[in-house]
Amino acid sequence: MYKYDEIDQQLVDERVSQYRDQTRRYLAGELSEEEFRPLRLQNGLYIQRHAPMLRIAVPYGMLSSQQLHKLADIAERYDRSYGHFSTRQNLQLNWPKLEAIPDILAELATVQMHAIQTSGNCIRNITTDQFAGVAPDEVVDPRAMAEVIRQWSTFHPEFALLPRKFKIAVSGTEQDRAVVQMHDIGMEFYLDSANKVAIKMWVGGGLGRTPILGSVIREHLEWQHALTYCEAIVRVYNLHGRRDNSYKARIKILVKALGIDEFRQQVEAEWLHLKDAPNTITEQELARVAQHFAAMPYENLPATDASFEAELGRNRAFAAWVKRCVHAHKQSGYRAITLSLKPHGKAPGDASSEQMHVVADLAEQYSFAELRVSHEQNLILADVKLSDLFAVWQQARAHDLATPNIGLLTDIICCPGGDFCSLANAKSIPIAEAIQIQFDNLDYLHDIGELELNISGCMNACGHHHVGHIGILGVDKDGSEWYQVSIGGKQGNDASLSSVIGPSFAADEMPGVVQRLIDVYIAQRTAEERFIDTVRRIGVAPFKAHVYAVNETSTEAAHV
Amino acid sequence: MSNLIYKNAIIDDDWTWVQLPKVEEVVRMQAGKVVVFKTTGENTVSAEQIADTQIPASGLVLIPMSVYIARKNELAARVATGEIGIWLATHELAEALVAVEPDLNIFPLIAVYVERCADGRIFSVGNLLRSRFGFNNTLRAIGDVLRDQLFFLKRSGFDSYLIRADRNAVEALASLTDFTEPYQGAVDNALPVWRRVNRAAL
Repeated sequence: MYKYDEIDQQLVDERVSQYRDQTRRYLAGELSEEEFRPLRLQNGLYIQRHAPMLRIAVPYGMLSSQQLHKLADIAERYDRSYGHFSTRQNLQLNWPKLEAIPDILAELATVQMHAIQTSGNCIRNITTDQFAGVAPDEVVDPRAMAEVIRQWSTFHPEFALLPRKFKIAVSGTEQDRAVVQMHDIGMEFYLDSANKVAIKMWVGGGLGRTPILGSVIREHLEWQHALTYCEAIVRVYNLHGRRDNSYKARIKILVKALGIDEFRQQVEAEWLHLKDAPNTITEQELARVAQHFAAMPYENLPATDASFEAELGRNRAFAAWVKRCVHAHKQSGYRAITLSLKPHGKAPGDASSEQMHVVADLAEQYSFAELRVSHEQNLILADVKLSDLFAVWQQARAHDLATPNIGLLTDIICCPGGDFCSLANAKSIPIAEAIQIQFDNLDYLHDIGELELNISGCMNACGHHHVGHIGILGVDKDGSEWYQVSIGGKQGNDASLSSVIGPSFAADEMPGVVQRLIDVYIAQRTAEERFIDTVRRIGVAPFKAHVYAVNETSTEAAHV
Repeated sequence: MSNLIYKNAIIDDDWTWVQLPKVEEVVRMQAGKVVVFKTTGENTVSAEQIADTQIPASGLVLIPMSVYIARKNELAARVATGEIGIWLATHELAEALVAVEPDLNIFPLIAVYVERCADGRIFSVGNLLRSRFGFNNTLRAIGDVLRDQLFFLKRSGFDSYLIRADRNAVEALASLTDFTEPYQGAVDNALPVWRRVNRAAL
């Protein structure tokens, strides 16, 4: 992974000093609440319901063992000994003290980490596929370009205060796992007909109050122009995006208002001036960054391992875990594994300091001392030998990190919700926990098969509910919490946005509602059909009919 | 004590900042919400306001772009003696000025007004004035100008900053040097760090 040189380190150290002084001036009354707000937000600091929340950047989801140990230490010393991995592959601390943030940042800087631009109206953390570099279907490893873009976007002076937040995702695989279509800019790397790295540029996707999938602004962009082309896009947005209403301020609204053709024309006109400017990436710079992402020193291993096969045959629980949590690898004899942060009945994405230390140790022992955070809020060891899988599983299981539910109904994507977030309309974690308990039977869970269930506590959609096969949105109605259910969303190449099935439900109805959706699926599915396929084939109506037919007999009236 | 920074020092402000006469702002609604239509690029300065703007007869005057565009003929002699500077509102684009004055360097000063310190349009406007429209004289940020935006302003082409009256401009000077070696090329230095420094050798 990328290692800082003295230039990176100096920048992060200077940021700590700058933010320390800003905090001092705020506490001394020299900065008003309103003036301090954009400053603290650009450093990932929200003021939450109970305490500030600090969001620490995990660039494109990559962490070293040393960094994870440090995060565990920080959570222990400055927080309540746990952290929450977010859908932007970052780590959130829910209980730090505002006064302590400069010290936390100084600690982070010692392991080449920071909280720069993890919030606020600026270019946020770049996200990508959690299997970048190891996925068999990968065409271009996007991490070097993600790092180049990270550096370019860090304190970019022209784009420091945009109309609204700005999210970029990069992907270089046949099957998109970075959800490029739901980002402000999505960059899909591929090899063109001349076998050169090129980018398909998507723009104007986003969830939130107005979910829209992105449009292609350019089919073919040579990689050298990635930064200048982004500058053209973001400049048009900075000058013309709406600033009067934060719900209308994302680039997707501008793209929709102008139409993609007019927007493209403005961007291309701007780019004529920027093309070939010094921010054009050189072969030399890309090579310098790319060497940090060179292949690991893999051993030459056979495609199979006898001890692994033996355990697989002997141990049903291990076999279930392998089926769900172990993923193909481009290197023979290696696998990527997902450590589930979704044990049933616990807040999705949370990890205790102890668990973080365990994962850091596992990574050190079995996976070249590196790991990744997925946008599905799990942790990944990307390079584990087949012969080590059983040992990893045993240790992971001992620390509740081996629930065999990856890609299944209980692998819920979930925002912190009303328990923590001051933006939320409703709690999301208790809903996730209740659904996990409802589907706690592993055989049944595996029989239901692949299903993505996403929960957001408000229309800001941090829980990506629009692209869940089942999406749940917390809504506020006269001061009480209700849940709107939608089905048919999907991430990936054939991404789609979900449709609302009808009036909202009370919290205690939710496990039953999901159960009824599953009942319809089980009754209607053909062999090999996933939930999403059934929804796409038969439509929303049969699901709606069954859910509300049952509900009509209930005394708890459905709610709009 | 002046609150005006030029380059890295405090200087006296010799310019008279000419404002448009105030008019009552009409609140307009769309779907029940107040919409600030000037953010959509709509022309918001009336002909009456332009006509009623009082321009001092002598000295250095900083006048609104809309007033200059409408009344440039009466100001031509003073432009020639370098007495006229232009200021743009937060939502105005420099293209309108370039359309009537292709050579912006006839103005010794162009200022951009910051309505709210958190509004980053000024950075793009400054960048374009320098890199697209070739303006080489003093480029000043005025209005809600606070020290924590100075580094970005400097990198976007500004070289002068009128710090908001209730803040200390001397202390603000320190923020101009918050970062030693920024990553990307910008107006103040077009070269990204990898073209400034041989990073492969570090």
